[in-house]
This record gives sequence, structure tokens and C-alpha cells, in this order.
Amino acid sequence: MQLTLEFGGGLELLCDSKKVHHVNVDLSDGEEKLTMKGLLSWAKTNLIKERPEMFMKGDTVRPGVLVLVNDCDWELSGHLDTTLEDKDVVVFISTLHGG
Amino acid sequence: MEAAKPKSGGARLCSFCNLRKPALKRPKTLHQICRECFYDVFEDEIHNCIVENQLFKRGERVAIGASGGKDSTVLAYVLSELNRRHNYGLDLFLLSIDEGITGYRDDSLETVKRNELQYGLPLKVVSYKDLYGWTMDEIVKMIGLKNNCTFCGVFRRQALDRGAAMLKVDKLVTGHNADDIAETVLLNILRGDIARLSRCTSITTGEDGPIPRCKPFKYTYEKEIVMYAYFKRLDYFSTECIYSPNAYRGFAREFIKDLERIRPRAILDIIKSGENFRIATSTKMPEQGTCERCGYISSQKWCKACVLLDGLNRGLPKLGIGRSRGHDNDESIKDVKHMTGSKEVQGKPCGTLDF
Ligand SMILES: [Zn+2]
Ligand SMILES: [Zn+2]
Ligand SMILES: [Zn+2]
Repeated sequence: MQLTLEFGGGLELLCDSKKVHHVNVDLSDGEEKLTMKGLLSWAKTNLIKERPEMFMKGDTVRPGVLVLVNDCDWELSGHLDTTLEDKDVVVFISTLHGG
Repeated sequence: MEAAKPKSGGARLCSFCNLRKPALKRPKTLHQICRECFYDVFEDEIHNCIVENQLFKRGERVAIGASGGKDSTVLAYVLSELNRRHNYGLDLFLLSIDEGITGYRDDSLETVKRNELQYGLPLKVVSYKDLYGWTMDEIVKMIGLKNNCTFCGVFRRQALDRGAAMLKVDKLVTGHNADDIAETVLLNILRGDIARLSRCTSITTGEDGPIPRCKPFKYTYEKEIVMYAYFKRLDYFSTECIYSPNAYRGFAREFIKDLERIRPRAILDIIKSGENFRIATSTKMPEQGTCERCGYISSQKWCKACVLLDGLNRGLPKLGIGRSRGHDNDESIKDVKHMTGSKEVQGKPCGTLDF
């Protein structure tokens, strides 16, 4: 599945200072759909190069990190349960950074 | 920018216009709101806050403490917009401090310079080097990473006042938001600093000093500031100050964010608690005088900056450190937030000069 992931507000520093990542995420065995939960653990393994604790806390993003799926707040689409489809754009922005 | 379809299940519409798909959930009210209605309420709430608290008078010159970060960038944008729309009659300026931190401040100053052009606001930059004869880089070389936040905080506070005086402004506004203020309330409680606790929720401070400071974002959630900047594609800078951290403050921030996740109203409630604290008459407030050396407001013979500078210039930089009451030298957050290592994401940078 082709996805575009964007890291902002300082989170890009955790993945080689690159903001936009065009990625291909395959479903794990036995899964029928990709959810945000699955994407987060994929991103943690494959994109985050340093200090993952700045991005994640437990199985979700760290409080203070905003998530938008196709420019819509993930709090409206079910947080971790949000289902992703091909060509979706997921944006992560840290609010913890700078004033 | 219009990416694939939204995921909201499609059922619900914006709770304001009932026409469009919602784009975010407001932490303050839990309303689902579309982008257009969000811009309206976001701007209207700030306008109402300005009017209700009589933050400005017609014809005033107002400096916006601009760090290039999200809060001050959104503040500069919204304030110039409201000034036009509601005809406040204000002369607005951007005021930035150049602490002399290579690779950090020079980059964020570039952002402020772009804002100067984008928003058509005149920019004044004052530097530590010009004011004090030292850059932060030079200070850190001298004293190491241990106490540099003390210097940064004390110097920045005074630098903003001096810059504001150079601009001959009547007021200085800063981008402190509701999350920042809640965090500061909590810190002041944890430190038992009652004097600062009662001051830190005031929307306007320093009315007795040379230049009053106010916080138009006092009730504005950080989440909404960042969402606003994101949707409007505002140009801001978000790399941390490279100098040392304030772990205690980082901890308070983390705690506030954890609370917000469970109950977003917690932030407003903490501010309200802070507001409702009254200083007992037995609590001694320091008397304000002026520094014998530079004339800046001070409760001691010399102001804190002069004591620190004297130590630096005599090669005894430890002079003046450790005698202050709290860790920070201001009631607020943004002065003393250095981060460790090269690139930290935790907390906010000290280099953010709006406090
Ligand atoms: Zn609407
Ligand atoms: Zn002085
Ligand atoms: Zn600092």
C-alpha cells in the first residue's frame, strides 16, 4: 500500500531530517486492513532513526503529537483504529517544539 | 493539499455550519469543526479576549516578541489580521532577540525575516552581543552547559524590554498559550513560588514596569495554534535550542499533555485554579527599585543581568548564579527552556524568546 507520511514540528529530526516520506507498507500476515496502529509500529521500526520515545508512548503517539489523516484530525476518525487506504496521506506534527 | 477522502465515517458534519466535513476536534469544547469555521472561532475567540481584557488602546505601538516558532508566528499573523479586520488602530512591530547561538538562532531569525515580508510588519532585532558584549555561544564556552539557562533567561527578559524601548512601543505581546500557562502554574506550585504563581496567570503583567506585557493566547490551546499554522501553511521554525535542558519543566509539560489526552478541559481548569490563588498578606513580595548600574527594574542594588555580566567580565561566571528563588528568572516558560544534546524534541527551547 502506497502512503505518504509527513513529519513536522521537529519530528523530522527523528527520521534523518526528512519531512516527507513516500512509503510502501505491506500488510502483515493474517491482517486484512492497515490501521493507524499498524502504521505506527511500522513507522517506528522503519522510519524513526533515533529517540523513538519522542514519537511514541506505549502503542500510540506521544501526547502532544498531532496526527492528521488526509488533512483530518485523527481524533475524528478513531485514533489507532483509523483504517488506511492506498494513497492516504498521514501527517504527524509535534506541538512540543518551539514557541 | 486536498488529499484523498476524509475518514470520519462520513456521518457527521461540522457542528457549526452543518455543511462541511469536520477537520478537527476542538480540545476546549470537543466540537467537531470544519476548517473554515475553525478559522472563524479561533480568530473570534482571540479578538474577544483582546476586547474583554482591554489589552490595547487605539493608536498604541505594539511589539510582538517573535522567535520564529509556532506561537509567535501565529500571533503575528492573527494579530495583524485582527488589527485590519476590526480596525484596532495599532502599529505592530516584530521584535526578535539574537542570543548568538550558531545554527539555532540564525536559522530561526531567517524565519522571522520572512515573516517581516509576509505580514508587512517592521522587524527589530536586538542582540546579546550588542547589549551585553557576549553571545550565548561565548557564554557557554566560558561557563559550560550547566548554568547557561540562567544567563539566557535573565538576558532575554531584559533584552526584550530594551528592544521594546528602542521601538518606543507601549506594549509587548508574547505567544504564551494556555498549555504554557497551565504548565507554569503547575511548576510554581511544585516550587512553592507563591509570588510567581499569582502573577503567572495574569493576562497583562509589568504594568508597573517600563513596558507592560500581555498574552493574547492565554486561553488558546497549543493544539489549535499548531492546527491553524498547519492548515494555513504558516511558515515557522521548529528546531530546538542546542543548549542544556530543564528537566523539571519537561516533566511538567509531559504531565499536562497526559492530562489533556484524558480530559482536554484540564488545561483551562489549571489556569482557573492559578487565577483563584490569592497571595496571603503574610507572603512578602520583593520591593521594586532600579539597578544602580543600568537603571533596569530590580529589587536589589544591581539587577540580575548586571550581576551575571560582572561575573562574566571578571572571569568569575559563577557569581550571581544560585541566589535566585526559582530555577527560572521569569514567571514564565519560554525563557529557560534549553534542550540537551544537539537536537532534542522534548519540551520547548529556551531560545524561544517570547515569554
Ligand atoms: Zn463548519
Ligand atoms: Zn543592571
Ligand atoms: Zn536559553
